[in-house]
Amino acid sequence: MSDAIKAATLEYATRLGDDAVVLGHRISEWVSYGPFLEEDIAYGNVALDYIGRARMFYTYAAELADDGRTEDDFAYMRSDREYRNLLLMEMPKGDFAYSQVRQLFADVYYTLVLPELLHSKDETLSAIAAKGIKETKYHLRRSREWVLRLGDGTEESHKRTQKAVDSLWGYTHEMFDMDETEQMLADAGIAVDVSKLRDAWHKMVSDILTEATLTVPEDGWAVRGGRTGYHTENLGHMLTEMQIVHRSYPGCQW
Amino acid sequence: MNEISLMPEEQYRRLQQRNAAEVKELWDLLDQVKDPEVPVLSIWDLGILRDVERDGDRVVVTITPTYSGCPAMNTITDDVIAALKASGYDDVEVKTKLSPAWSSEWMSPEGRRKLRNYGIAPPEDAELDEDGLTPDAHAQCPHCGSRNTRRISEFGSTACKALFQCNDCNEPFDYFKKI
Repeated sequence: MSDAIKAATLEYATRLGDDAVVLGHRISEWVSYGPFLEEDIAYGNVALDYIGRARMFYTYAAELADDGRTEDDFAYMRSDREYRNLLLMEMPKGDFAYSQVRQLFADVYYTLVLPELLHSKDETLSAIAAKGIKETKYHLRRSREWVLRLGDGTEESHKRTQKAVDSLWGYTHEMFDMDETEQMLADAGIAVDVSKLRDAWHKMVSDILTEATLTVPEDGWAVRGGRTGYHTENLGHMLTEMQIVHRSYPGCQW
Repeated sequence: MNEISLMPEEQYRRLQQRNAAEVKELWDLLDQVKDPEVPVLSIWDLGILRDVERDGDRVVVTITPTYSGCPAMNTITDDVIAALKASGYDDVEVKTKLSPAWSSEWMSPEGRRKLRNYGIAPPEDAELDEDGLTPDAHAQCPHCGSRNTRRISEFGSTACKALFQCNDCNEPFDYFKKI
Protein backbone atom coordinates (compact mmCIF):
# COMPACT_ATOMS: atom_id res chain seq x y z
CA MET A 1 0.00 0.00 0.00
CA SER A 2 1.47 3.38 -0.98
CA ASP A 3 1.77 6.08 1.69
CA ALA A 4 -0.86 8.24 0.03
CA ILE A 5 -3.35 5.39 -0.18
CA LYS A 6 -2.58 4.35 3.37
CA ALA A 7 -3.15 7.85 4.75
CA ALA A 8 -6.38 8.18 2.77
CA THR A 9 -7.61 4.75 3.92
CA LEU A 10 -6.91 5.75 7.52
CA GLU A 11 -8.99 8.88 7.02
CA TYR A 12 -11.77 6.88 5.30
CA ALA A 13 -11.92 4.21 8.02
CA THR A 14 -12.06 6.98 10.62
CA ARG A 15 -14.95 8.69 8.82
CA LEU A 16 -16.93 5.47 8.60
CA GLY A 17 -16.15 4.73 12.25
CA ASP A 18 -17.29 8.24 13.22
CA ASP A 19 -20.60 7.79 11.37
CA ALA A 20 -21.19 4.51 13.15
CA VAL A 21 -20.24 5.58 16.68
CA VAL A 22 -22.21 8.83 16.53
CA LEU A 23 -25.36 7.19 15.19
CA GLY A 24 -24.92 4.25 17.57
CA HIS A 25 -24.67 6.63 20.52
CA ARG A 26 -27.72 8.60 19.40
CA ILE A 27 -29.76 5.39 19.13
CA SER A 28 -28.54 4.25 22.54
CA GLU A 29 -30.06 7.40 24.05
CA TRP A 30 -33.43 5.70 23.61
CA VAL A 31 -32.52 2.84 25.92
CA SER A 32 -34.95 2.95 28.87
CA TYR A 33 -37.04 5.58 27.03
CA GLY A 34 -38.55 3.31 24.35
CA PRO A 35 -42.34 3.45 23.96
CA PHE A 36 -42.59 -0.17 25.13
CA LEU A 37 -40.21 -2.85 26.30
CA GLU A 38 -39.68 -4.70 23.00
CA GLU A 39 -38.99 -1.46 21.19
CA ASP A 40 -36.55 -0.48 23.90
CA ILE A 41 -34.66 -3.74 23.39
CA ALA A 42 -34.77 -3.32 19.62
CA TYR A 43 -33.14 0.09 19.94
CA GLY A 44 -30.47 -1.35 22.22
CA ASN A 45 -29.72 -4.06 19.65
CA VAL A 46 -29.44 -1.66 16.74
CA ALA A 47 -27.20 0.66 18.78
CA LEU A 48 -24.97 -2.29 19.56
CA ASP A 49 -24.63 -3.19 15.88
CA TYR A 50 -23.47 0.34 15.10
CA ILE A 51 -21.08 0.58 18.02
CA GLY A 52 -19.63 -2.80 17.05
CA ARG A 53 -19.18 -1.54 13.51
CA ALA A 54 -17.45 1.59 14.82
CA ARG A 55 -15.05 -0.58 16.82
CA MET A 56 -14.10 -2.54 13.72
CA PHE A 57 -13.46 0.62 11.67
CA TYR A 58 -11.50 2.27 14.51
CA THR A 59 -9.44 -0.86 15.16
CA TYR A 60 -8.50 -0.84 11.50
CA ALA A 61 -7.75 2.90 11.58
CA ALA A 62 -5.51 2.39 14.63
CA GLU A 63 -3.70 -0.41 12.83
CA LEU A 64 -3.07 1.85 9.82
CA ALA A 65 -2.02 4.79 12.02
CA ASP A 66 0.44 2.52 13.82
CA ASP A 67 1.28 5.25 16.34
CA GLY A 68 0.23 3.53 19.55
CA ARG A 69 -3.37 4.76 19.47
CA THR A 70 -6.18 2.25 20.02
CA GLU A 71 -9.85 2.19 19.00
CA ASP A 72 -10.66 3.95 22.31
CA ASP A 73 -8.38 6.87 21.46
CA PHE A 74 -10.29 7.38 18.23
CA ALA A 75 -13.66 7.35 19.99
CA TYR A 76 -12.85 9.15 23.22
CA MET A 77 -9.86 11.38 22.71
CA ARG A 78 -10.87 13.43 19.69
CA SER A 79 -12.82 16.70 19.86
CA ASP A 80 -15.84 17.62 17.75
CA ARG A 81 -13.66 19.44 15.22
CA GLU A 82 -11.70 16.23 14.70
CA TYR A 83 -14.80 14.12 14.13
CA ARG A 84 -15.65 13.51 10.48
CA ASN A 85 -19.14 12.03 10.73
CA LEU A 86 -22.06 13.01 8.52
CA LEU A 87 -24.24 15.66 10.17
CA LEU A 88 -27.36 13.50 9.89
CA MET A 89 -25.90 11.06 12.42
CA GLU A 90 -25.33 13.69 15.11
CA MET A 91 -28.77 15.29 15.07
CA PRO A 92 -30.38 14.89 18.51
CA LYS A 93 -32.75 12.03 19.17
CA GLY A 94 -35.82 14.31 19.03
CA ASP A 95 -39.16 12.56 19.33
CA PHE A 96 -39.74 8.96 18.29
CA ALA A 97 -40.80 9.93 14.75
CA TYR A 98 -37.70 12.05 14.31
CA SER A 99 -35.38 9.22 15.33
CA GLN A 100 -37.17 6.70 13.11
CA VAL A 101 -37.06 8.99 10.07
CA ARG A 102 -33.33 9.57 10.59
CA GLN A 103 -32.93 5.82 10.97
CA LEU A 104 -34.79 5.19 7.72
CA PHE A 105 -32.56 7.68 5.88
CA ALA A 106 -29.44 6.00 7.34
CA ASP A 107 -30.69 2.44 6.80
CA VAL A 108 -31.49 3.04 3.14
CA TYR A 109 -28.07 4.68 2.77
CA TYR A 110 -26.25 1.65 4.23
CA THR A 111 -28.44 -0.71 2.21
CA LEU A 112 -26.82 0.92 -0.82
CA VAL A 113 -23.31 1.69 0.50
CA LEU A 114 -22.39 -1.61 2.16
CA PRO A 115 -22.89 -3.91 -0.86
CA GLU A 116 -20.56 -1.53 -2.76
CA LEU A 117 -18.01 -1.53 0.05
CA LEU A 118 -18.14 -5.32 0.01
CA HIS A 119 -16.37 -5.08 -3.38
CA SER A 120 -13.62 -2.89 -1.99
CA LYS A 121 -10.11 -4.05 -2.83
CA ASP A 122 -9.31 -3.41 0.83
CA GLU A 123 -9.97 -6.74 2.51
CA THR A 124 -10.69 -5.34 5.97
CA LEU A 125 -13.20 -2.77 4.73
CA SER A 126 -14.85 -5.48 2.67
CA ALA A 127 -15.05 -7.81 5.68
CA ILE A 128 -16.63 -5.11 7.86
CA ALA A 129 -19.18 -4.42 5.11
CA ALA A 130 -20.04 -8.12 4.86
CA LYS A 131 -21.01 -8.19 8.53
CA GLY A 132 -23.05 -5.00 8.26
CA ILE A 133 -25.11 -6.04 5.23
CA LYS A 134 -27.08 -8.74 7.01
CA GLU A 135 -27.69 -6.55 10.05
CA THR A 136 -28.84 -3.62 7.93
CA LYS A 137 -31.62 -5.73 6.39
CA TYR A 138 -33.14 -6.08 9.84
CA HIS A 139 -32.59 -2.41 10.67
CA LEU A 140 -34.28 -1.25 7.48
CA ARG A 141 -37.26 -3.52 7.91
CA ARG A 142 -37.86 -2.03 11.34
CA SER A 143 -37.41 1.68 10.44
CA ARG A 144 -39.51 1.24 7.29
CA GLU A 145 -42.34 -0.37 9.26
CA TRP A 146 -42.26 2.42 11.82
CA VAL A 147 -42.27 5.20 9.24
CA LEU A 148 -45.23 3.55 7.47
CA ARG A 149 -47.07 3.12 10.75
CA LEU A 150 -46.41 6.65 11.97
CA GLY A 151 -46.89 8.42 8.63
CA ASP A 152 -50.10 6.56 7.88
CA GLY A 153 -51.20 6.59 11.53
CA THR A 154 -53.02 9.23 13.51
CA GLU A 155 -53.22 12.90 12.63
CA GLU A 156 -50.66 13.64 15.33
CA SER A 157 -48.19 10.92 14.29
CA HIS A 158 -48.51 11.96 10.64
CA LYS A 159 -47.84 15.60 11.52
CA ARG A 160 -44.76 14.75 13.60
CA THR A 161 -43.35 12.36 11.01
CA GLN A 162 -43.77 14.88 8.19
CA LYS A 163 -42.10 17.52 10.35
CA ALA A 164 -39.17 15.13 10.96
CA VAL A 165 -38.82 14.42 7.24
CA ASP A 166 -38.83 18.15 6.46
CA SER A 167 -36.30 18.99 9.19
CA LEU A 168 -33.86 16.21 8.32
CA TRP A 169 -34.02 16.36 4.53
CA GLY A 170 -31.45 19.17 4.24
CA TYR A 171 -28.87 17.05 6.07
CA THR A 172 -29.09 14.16 3.64
CA HIS A 173 -27.40 15.85 0.68
CA GLU A 174 -23.85 15.66 2.04
CA MET A 175 -24.18 11.85 2.32
CA PHE A 176 -23.53 11.75 -1.44
CA ASP A 177 -20.64 14.23 -1.61
CA MET A 178 -17.20 13.08 -2.72
CA ASP A 179 -13.98 14.90 -1.86
CA GLU A 180 -10.41 14.40 -3.06
CA THR A 181 -9.61 11.74 -0.48
CA GLU A 182 -12.62 9.57 -1.23
CA GLN A 183 -12.31 10.13 -4.98
CA MET A 184 -8.71 8.93 -4.94
CA LEU A 185 -9.76 5.84 -2.97
CA ALA A 186 -12.75 5.23 -5.21
CA ASP A 187 -10.47 5.38 -8.26
CA ALA A 188 -8.23 2.82 -6.55
CA GLY A 189 -11.23 0.54 -6.00
CA ILE A 190 -11.13 0.98 -2.21
CA ALA A 191 -13.84 3.50 -1.33
CA VAL A 192 -17.47 3.67 -2.46
CA ASP A 193 -18.36 6.40 -4.93
CA VAL A 194 -21.39 7.60 -2.98
CA SER A 195 -22.28 10.23 -5.58
CA LYS A 196 -23.53 7.38 -7.78
CA LEU A 197 -25.96 6.17 -5.10
CA ARG A 198 -27.98 9.34 -4.77
CA ASP A 199 -30.71 8.51 -7.30
CA ALA A 200 -31.25 5.03 -5.91
CA TRP A 201 -31.48 6.43 -2.37
CA HIS A 202 -33.95 9.10 -3.46
CA LYS A 203 -36.12 6.52 -5.22
CA MET A 204 -36.17 4.07 -2.31
CA VAL A 205 -36.87 6.74 0.30
CA SER A 206 -39.50 8.48 -1.86
CA ASP A 207 -41.38 5.20 -2.39
CA ILE A 208 -41.51 4.53 1.35
CA LEU A 209 -42.52 8.11 2.22
CA THR A 210 -45.24 8.07 -0.43
CA GLU A 211 -46.57 4.75 0.84
CA ALA A 212 -46.62 6.31 4.30
CA THR A 213 -48.80 9.16 2.91
CA LEU A 214 -45.95 11.60 3.53
CA THR A 215 -44.75 14.30 1.16
CA VAL A 216 -41.24 14.05 -0.28
CA PRO A 217 -39.63 17.46 0.31
CA GLU A 218 -38.21 19.67 -2.42
CA ASP A 219 -34.42 20.06 -2.31
CA GLY A 220 -34.72 23.59 -0.95
CA TRP A 221 -31.73 23.78 1.38
CA ALA A 222 -28.67 21.79 2.35
CA VAL A 223 -26.22 21.84 5.24
CA ARG A 224 -22.75 20.41 4.75
CA GLY A 225 -19.57 20.16 6.75
CA GLY A 226 -19.38 16.89 8.67
CA ARG A 227 -16.58 15.42 6.55
CA THR A 228 -14.43 18.53 7.11
CA GLY A 229 -15.08 18.72 10.85
CA TYR A 230 -17.64 21.55 10.79
CA HIS A 231 -20.50 20.29 12.91
CA THR A 232 -23.79 21.43 14.35
CA GLU A 233 -23.70 22.32 18.06
CA ASN A 234 -25.31 18.95 18.80
CA LEU A 235 -22.11 16.94 18.36
CA GLY A 236 -20.15 18.78 21.05
CA HIS A 237 -22.87 18.12 23.63
CA MET A 238 -23.08 14.48 22.62
CA LEU A 239 -19.32 13.93 22.82
CA THR A 240 -19.18 15.61 26.23
CA GLU A 241 -21.51 12.97 27.56
CA MET A 242 -19.96 10.10 25.61
CA GLN A 243 -16.37 10.91 26.52
CA ILE A 244 -16.58 12.16 30.11
CA VAL A 245 -15.86 8.88 31.89
CA HIS A 246 -12.91 8.00 29.69
CA ARG A 247 -11.43 11.49 29.97
CA SER A 248 -12.00 11.76 33.72
CA TYR A 249 -10.33 8.42 34.43
CA PRO A 250 -7.74 7.95 31.68
CA GLY A 251 -6.70 4.34 31.22
CA CYS A 252 -9.27 3.08 33.72
CA GLN A 253 -10.18 -0.58 33.27
CA TRP A 254 -12.98 -2.55 34.90
CA MET B 1 -36.59 -45.51 12.82
CA ASN B 2 -33.26 -43.71 12.91
CA GLU B 3 -33.38 -40.30 11.33
CA ILE B 4 -30.41 -39.54 9.16
CA SER B 5 -29.99 -35.81 8.71
CA LEU B 6 -27.89 -34.39 5.93
CA MET B 7 -25.02 -32.22 7.05
CA PRO B 8 -24.76 -28.76 5.52
CA GLU B 9 -21.64 -28.15 3.45
CA GLU B 10 -20.28 -25.56 5.90
CA GLN B 11 -20.71 -27.96 8.80
CA TYR B 12 -18.95 -30.73 6.95
CA ARG B 13 -15.98 -28.48 6.22
CA ARG B 14 -15.70 -27.39 9.82
CA LEU B 15 -15.77 -30.97 11.03
CA GLN B 16 -13.13 -31.99 8.47
CA GLN B 17 -10.93 -29.12 9.62
CA ARG B 18 -11.28 -30.14 13.24
CA ASN B 19 -10.66 -33.82 12.65
CA ALA B 20 -7.64 -33.16 10.44
CA ALA B 21 -6.09 -30.71 12.90
CA GLU B 22 -2.73 -31.63 14.37
CA VAL B 23 -3.85 -30.12 17.64
CA LYS B 24 -7.10 -32.01 17.98
CA GLU B 25 -6.71 -32.11 21.77
CA LEU B 26 -6.80 -28.31 21.83
CA TRP B 27 -10.06 -28.24 19.88
CA ASP B 28 -11.46 -30.75 22.37
CA LEU B 29 -10.21 -28.65 25.27
CA LEU B 30 -11.99 -25.57 23.90
CA ASP B 31 -15.33 -27.41 23.97
CA GLN B 32 -15.51 -26.28 27.59
CA VAL B 33 -15.64 -22.60 26.57
CA LYS B 34 -19.29 -21.59 26.38
CA ASP B 35 -21.02 -18.57 24.89
CA PRO B 36 -21.64 -16.42 28.00
CA GLU B 37 -25.05 -15.36 26.68
CA VAL B 38 -26.19 -18.83 25.61
CA PRO B 39 -24.25 -20.95 28.11
CA VAL B 40 -25.60 -24.21 26.69
CA LEU B 41 -23.56 -23.70 23.49
CA SER B 42 -19.81 -24.10 23.26
CA ILE B 43 -17.94 -21.76 20.94
CA TRP B 44 -17.55 -24.77 18.64
CA ASP B 45 -21.32 -25.45 18.65
CA LEU B 46 -22.02 -21.81 17.83
CA GLY B 47 -19.51 -21.88 14.99
CA ILE B 48 -17.46 -18.91 16.17
CA LEU B 49 -14.34 -21.00 16.82
CA ARG B 50 -12.60 -20.71 13.47
CA ASP B 51 -9.13 -22.13 13.95
CA VAL B 52 -6.63 -23.44 16.49
CA GLU B 53 -2.93 -23.52 15.63
CA ARG B 54 0.25 -24.27 17.45
CA ASP B 55 3.37 -22.23 16.80
CA GLY B 56 6.13 -23.63 19.00
CA ASP B 57 4.90 -23.07 22.57
CA ARG B 58 2.39 -20.55 21.45
CA VAL B 59 -1.26 -21.41 20.82
CA VAL B 60 -3.14 -19.17 18.39
CA VAL B 61 -6.93 -19.36 18.53
CA THR B 62 -9.05 -17.59 15.91
CA ILE B 63 -12.63 -16.60 16.70
CA THR B 64 -15.22 -14.57 14.76
CA PRO B 65 -18.10 -12.43 16.08
CA THR B 66 -21.70 -13.41 15.36
CA TYR B 67 -22.89 -9.80 15.09
CA SER B 68 -20.76 -6.64 14.75
CA GLY B 69 -21.61 -5.49 18.23
CA CYS B 70 -21.53 -8.85 20.00
CA PRO B 71 -20.54 -7.79 23.53
CA ALA B 72 -19.50 -11.34 24.43
CA MET B 73 -16.29 -11.32 22.39
CA ASN B 74 -14.11 -9.93 25.20
CA THR B 75 -15.43 -12.46 27.70
CA ILE B 76 -14.96 -15.29 25.22
CA THR B 77 -11.36 -14.20 24.60
CA ASP B 78 -10.70 -14.24 28.36
CA ASP B 79 -12.40 -17.63 28.73
CA VAL B 80 -10.34 -19.17 25.91
CA ILE B 81 -7.12 -17.96 27.53
CA ALA B 82 -8.24 -19.19 30.98
CA ALA B 83 -9.25 -22.64 29.66
CA LEU B 84 -5.91 -23.15 27.92
CA LYS B 85 -3.93 -21.79 30.88
CA ALA B 86 -5.66 -24.23 33.20
CA SER B 87 -4.28 -27.02 31.02
CA GLY B 88 -0.76 -25.65 31.05
CA TYR B 89 -0.74 -23.53 27.89
CA ASP B 90 0.60 -20.18 29.08
CA ASP B 91 1.33 -18.52 25.77
CA VAL B 92 -2.04 -17.99 24.12
CA GLU B 93 -3.04 -15.48 21.50
CA VAL B 94 -6.70 -15.00 20.53
CA LYS B 95 -7.26 -13.43 17.13
CA THR B 96 -10.55 -12.05 15.86
CA LYS B 97 -11.22 -12.65 12.20
CA LEU B 98 -14.08 -10.88 10.45
CA SER B 99 -14.04 -12.58 7.09
CA PRO B 100 -15.80 -14.70 6.05
CA ALA B 101 -18.66 -13.27 8.08
CA TRP B 102 -20.22 -15.65 10.57
CA SER B 103 -23.34 -17.42 9.40
CA SER B 104 -25.86 -19.32 11.48
CA GLU B 105 -25.20 -22.19 9.02
CA TRP B 106 -22.02 -22.81 10.97
CA MET B 107 -23.87 -23.90 14.07
CA SER B 108 -23.31 -27.60 14.75
CA PRO B 109 -26.23 -30.09 14.60
CA GLU B 110 -25.50 -30.87 18.24
CA GLY B 111 -25.68 -27.15 19.02
CA ARG B 112 -29.09 -26.88 17.35
CA ARG B 113 -30.43 -29.73 19.48
CA LYS B 114 -28.99 -28.22 22.65
CA LEU B 115 -30.50 -24.85 21.78
CA ARG B 116 -33.98 -26.33 21.31
CA ASN B 117 -33.76 -28.27 24.58
CA TYR B 118 -32.68 -25.07 26.31
CA GLY B 119 -35.87 -23.32 25.13
CA ILE B 120 -34.49 -21.35 22.18
CA ALA B 121 -35.77 -22.17 18.68
CA PRO B 122 -32.80 -22.76 16.35
CA PRO B 123 -32.66 -20.96 12.95
CA GLU B 124 -34.15 -23.84 10.95
CA ASP B 125 -37.32 -23.93 13.08
CA ALA B 126 -38.84 -21.07 11.08
CA GLU B 127 -39.51 -20.57 7.37
CA LEU B 128 -37.91 -17.28 6.36
CA ASP B 129 -40.06 -14.65 4.68
CA GLU B 130 -39.50 -13.59 1.05
CA ASP B 131 -36.78 -11.12 2.07
CA GLY B 132 -34.83 -13.90 3.78
CA LEU B 133 -35.59 -12.42 7.21
CA THR B 134 -37.29 -13.72 10.35
CA PRO B 135 -41.01 -14.32 9.58
CA ASP B 136 -43.76 -12.71 11.69
CA ALA B 137 -45.25 -16.09 12.65
CA HIS B 138 -44.90 -19.89 12.70
CA ALA B 139 -41.48 -20.39 14.27
CA GLN B 140 -41.78 -23.72 16.05
CA CYS B 141 -42.32 -23.41 19.80
CA PRO B 142 -39.43 -25.19 21.57
CA HIS B 143 -41.69 -25.90 24.55
CA CYS B 144 -44.72 -27.60 23.00
CA GLY B 145 -43.73 -27.99 19.33
CA SER B 146 -46.64 -25.91 17.98
CA ARG B 147 -46.24 -23.84 14.82
CA ASN B 148 -49.10 -21.60 15.89
CA THR B 149 -46.81 -18.81 17.11
CA ARG B 150 -46.29 -15.11 16.45
CA ARG B 151 -43.34 -12.76 16.49
CA ILE B 152 -43.43 -10.27 19.37
CA SER B 153 -40.24 -8.43 18.49
CA GLU B 154 -37.69 -8.43 15.72
CA PHE B 155 -34.92 -8.02 18.30
CA GLY B 156 -34.73 -10.25 21.36
CA SER B 157 -32.62 -10.44 24.49
CA THR B 158 -29.43 -10.45 22.40
CA ALA B 159 -28.57 -9.29 18.89
CA CYS B 160 -28.75 -12.83 17.52
CA LYS B 161 -32.32 -13.54 18.62
CA ALA B 162 -35.93 -12.47 17.93
CA LEU B 163 -38.78 -12.83 20.42
CA PHE B 164 -41.82 -15.03 19.75
CA GLN B 165 -44.86 -16.18 21.67
CA CYS B 166 -46.71 -19.46 21.31
CA ASN B 167 -50.49 -19.10 20.79
CA ASP B 168 -51.12 -22.64 22.07
CA CYS B 169 -49.07 -22.96 25.27
CA ASN B 170 -48.74 -19.15 25.65
CA GLU B 171 -45.04 -19.37 26.51
CA PRO B 172 -42.75 -16.69 25.10
CA PHE B 173 -39.53 -17.93 23.54
CA ASP B 174 -36.41 -16.71 21.77
CA TYR B 175 -35.75 -17.59 18.15
CA PHE B 176 -32.12 -17.70 17.03
CA LYS B 177 -32.15 -15.64 13.85
CA LYS B 178 -30.84 -16.98 10.59
CA ILE B 179 -28.14 -14.77 9.09
